[in-house]
Amino acid sequence: MHPYTTDMYEGMLAETIMLPGHNGEIINAYYARPLGPGPFPGVVLIHHMPGWDELYREFTRKFAHHGYLAISPNIYFRFGHGSPDDMSAKVRGSGGVPDVSVVGDIDASARYLKSLPLSNRKVGVFGTCSGGRQAFLGACRTKSFDAAVNCWGGNVVQPKEKLTPAQPVAPIDYTKDLSCPLLGLFGEEDKNPTPESVHQLEEELKKYGKNYEFHMYPGAGHGFFYYPSVSYRPEAAVDGWKKMFTFFEKNLETSGRGR
Amino acid sequence: MCTGIVETMEVSGSGKGPNGWFKLERVNVSYDHPSDAPLEHALNIDFVNQKESPSARVAVELSPESARKLVNTILTALSQANLSR
Repeated sequence: MHPYTTDMYEGMLAETIMLPGHNGEIINAYYARPLGPGPFPGVVLIHHMPGWDELYREFTRKFAHHGYLAISPNIYFRFGHGSPDDMSAKVRGSGGVPDVSVVGDIDASARYLKSLPLSNRKVGVFGTCSGGRQAFLGACRTKSFDAAVNCWGGNVVQPKEKLTPAQPVAPIDYTKDLSCPLLGLFGEEDKNPTPESVHQLEEELKKYGKNYEFHMYPGAGHGFFYYPSVSYRPEAAVDGWKKMFTFFEKNLETSGRGR
Repeated sequence: MCTGIVETMEVSGSGKGPNGWFKLERVNVSYDHPSDAPLEHALNIDFVNQKESPSARVAVELSPESARKLVNTILTALSQANLSR
């Protein structure tokens, strides 16, 4: 957890940057980092279906506050620009963002973080909602991550009739390729993913001997971190953040952090 | 997308967005997370013109009950005008 004491100096830089994403195409991203020489571990944040919004900027700064180089790429960049809700509607009406470009963008974001002189060369990936699904997918389809957090990612278990040109393969089918430890946070009342589909993913992880840790919160549904919405569940959210920082600390941090 | 439930169709007519009236070309109907309605999932209707900017959109986010009532109300109004077909 953040080693905060009231007598310490603390500072952060947070800004929008441009970087090469999937196929080297330039995209934008929100980047936040603690001031100080590092070395710092990194986290790639994959925004949720409602868009590259204020909440994800807050999450990005939260990771910087806890001592991480944090980057949230705009995975909707190729669809144009407008308010986050207009862009979310456009992407939804266009059949969704293609898995291949998301994986390319988050892979490129991880490489960007590792290239920085402040980096300890360890990077995790975190996503909620559709971003949770994509975090799992990215951890299976690349070897760029040292830890992955899937928060209530729906459609990891995806029946054939729900596959689309943008999402042609169910992420669960890539489980054998999972390349790092996985933390999963889920709500017992969620309809997507249901507890049954979370169990199905867990069985697949066991089958391939993967390192994973799942937590299912009673009384919570989908999106229990989202304090502006009706889905917010404070107790589950506080515990979920704690579990996530403990997990990242264990898998990403090395000694001698310079903050 | 979390539910992935989206239906689309072409429409003709006009919609009023933040920059005034624009020609409608398409409607996207989804059951997914709303941006504003205090619901975990909503029936979202986006009337759009894809040739214009993403803000060329008339959006509503309805509870499933409200959406069903809307469908019936539209059909009732059309039947009164003898335009049901």
